[in-house]
Amino acid sequence: MLKIKNLYVSINKNLIIKGLNLKIKKGEIHIIMGPNGSGKSTLSYIIAGKPKYKIEDGEILFNNKIINNLKPDKISKLGIFLSFQNPVEIDGLSMYNFIKSFIKKKNNNNILKNIYKKCEKLNINKKYLSRYFNLGFSGGEKKKNEILQMLILKPKLTILDEIDSGLDIDSLKNILNNIKQYINKKKKKRSLLIITHYTNIINYIKPNFVHIIYDGKIIKSGNKKLIKKIEKYGYNKFIN
Amino acid sequence: MKKEFIKEKYKYGFYTKIKSNTFPLGINKKIIKKISKIKKEPKWFTKWRLKSYSYWKKNIYKYPKWANLRYKKINFKKISYFSKIENKKNKKLIKTFNKLGVPINNKFDKISIDFIFDSISIKTTYNKILKKYGIIFCPLSEAIKKYENLVKKYIGSVVPYNDNFYSALNSSVFSDGSFCYIPKNIKCPIDLSTYFRINNETIGQFERTLIIVEEGGYVSYLEGCTAPIRSNNQLHAAVVELIALKNSKIKYSTIQNWYPGNKNGRGGILNFVTKRGICYEKSKISWIQVETGSSVTWKYPSCILKGDNSIGEFKSVSLTKNYQQIDTGSKMIHIGKNTKSTIISKSICMDNSISTYRGLVKICKNSKNSNNFTQCDALLIGKKCSSYTLPYILSMNSTSRIEHESTISKIEEEQIFYCNQRGIDNDNAMSLIVSGFSMNIINNLPLEFAFEAKQLLNIKLENSVG
Repeated sequence: MLKIKNLYVSINKNLIIKGLNLKIKKGEIHIIMGPNGSGKSTLSYIIAGKPKYKIEDGEILFNNKIINNLKPDKISKLGIFLSFQNPVEIDGLSMYNFIKSFIKKKNNNNILKNIYKKCEKLNINKKYLSRYFNLGFSGGEKKKNEILQMLILKPKLTILDEIDSGLDIDSLKNILNNIKQYINKKKKKRSLLIITHYTNIINYIKPNFVHIIYDGKIIKSGNKKLIKKIEKYGYNKFIN
Repeated sequence: MKKEFIKEKYKYGFYTKIKSNTFPLGINKKIIKKISKIKKEPKWFTKWRLKSYSYWKKNIYKYPKWANLRYKKINFKKISYFSKIENKKNKKLIKTFNKLGVPINNKFDKISIDFIFDSISIKTTYNKILKKYGIIFCPLSEAIKKYENLVKKYIGSVVPYNDNFYSALNSSVFSDGSFCYIPKNIKCPIDLSTYFRINNETIGQFERTLIIVEEGGYVSYLEGCTAPIRSNNQLHAAVVELIALKNSKIKYSTIQNWYPGNKNGRGGILNFVTKRGICYEKSKISWIQVETGSSVTWKYPSCILKGDNSIGEFKSVSLTKNYQQIDTGSKMIHIGKNTKSTIISKSICMDNSISTYRGLVKICKNSKNSNNFTQCDALLIGKKCSSYTLPYILSMNSTSRIEHESTISKIEEEQIFYCNQRGIDNDNAMSLIVSGFSMNIINNLPLEFAFEAKQLLNIKLENSVG
């Protein structure tokens, strides 16, 4: 589904990603871990096509199509969803109106029903839909809002950037269960890339692969056992 | 190619070829007498016009220079001050207004419209229903003859002819406009509206609106305007006077969509408008405006809160692009006790445009326990536009309260990227963010106007993110 080949990325002429390779197949769950400043968030932004992030070399392929130069809205439409670490706030725009603006089917009745159903699943109070987008939301509420949008957009590849930050344990469980359910529903078509600091995450979700990213490269890949090692020894063991 | 592009941006920029009787260029006593004569005005009125003209002439070199606006000096000799189409029933007129989206013959639901084409009022709809309630809604030139006493009592009472340079000019040459009278305890069941269209190339438009609401009455009034695309600047100098008597309410909404000039700042309407209302005891005046037009705008809709417990409101959203300049705001003069005023001004500024908020809040000595709240928010898009906030605040007693809040923000790239990531393209992302920004204002407009205003903002926003 996603193939990243020998990727070099710079922002403001600073090279951040330095020769990164990654392959995610349909139905796979990958976890990427790494110390601060190793290029984790940059990786998620560049896949989503964020402006000002410049690809110096290499390729990103999604379903065998090069997406290096695609605009972010086009990338989104191919079925790539990014759950932001720090979602933006938009004053004066209700959450409902925002969500409505990217829903394809314009049947108002069903839209609302559909959103309500998903809110229930995620324990989101319906009142939030009429509130301004993320304004005054707690960290956890913002993350729930991200996942609500994911469930509505039905992406093929979901990237979770620090989904655990700002979430209490119950909310985290709830969110991860919803994501798992979503992936498992059409296992052959949906994949997941989790970017995190949080080693405990394997208690809730079983990855097919775990990678360690450092200095813009993936320096170690393995299965879930790798996380146990990171927990035990820290990143330093792998860096040296 | 480029021409087409601009045309597409301002879809009201067409010209109607129609036979009309247009006065020779220039202004003098003869011209004024001639206007007055064509309109068969009473003598006192002609005199008032001439008095205004003398005042204006005396002050011709004292035109206001204090505004934060740059434009070529207006040559008043190169303007025609009156243009009247020969046949009001000309089919081309019907076509013109159809094209503008305000069909003359097709009755709008619950809106009575007065159509003004250059200097003349063409038609007023829904007259019969209004008559049933004793409401008068007609061209001002008609009212001067038919309801002479009302006009005599109120015209110039809120905006005196010598109030400022442009009000003096307007008082001497104004051609037509709307007159509205709501009798005691009558709540006008439909919205009243005037649609202004400048068609002729050399004409200046000087219309005048007078709205009087008797005790306990209510009216919601809407004003819309457009003009063809011209490479020269055209002058528009209007005066609006509102009189809200005890316990009455007036809501005055404007959607201004004059031709704003082309990409390089050539052409467009020069808009110098004096709008003011007076509030008697427990009455309320609300000014709501959406501004997208004019190359230069100079306008300060104001309230004189004369009566105790009266309320004044000004809510405005403006969107400027290319080389548009706008110097606008409000004046709230608190005279009565326990008076309240609110000013909310939101400006969205793009390209090379300049947007200035200029406002006066004055609480007089005897206006005890009064308060004002002012909020000015500016949203800047791009690197070359600029926004200024110039509040003048004066409180002459210790029991009143004045609050002023002001913010300037930029549309963040993060917000656009976030929207993009959900599959929303740049134009729609901008439109979502801007509509959020201007939401509080647009929601105050009557429903059909709110829809139109949103569309207008969207059209102007297209391609604004590179």
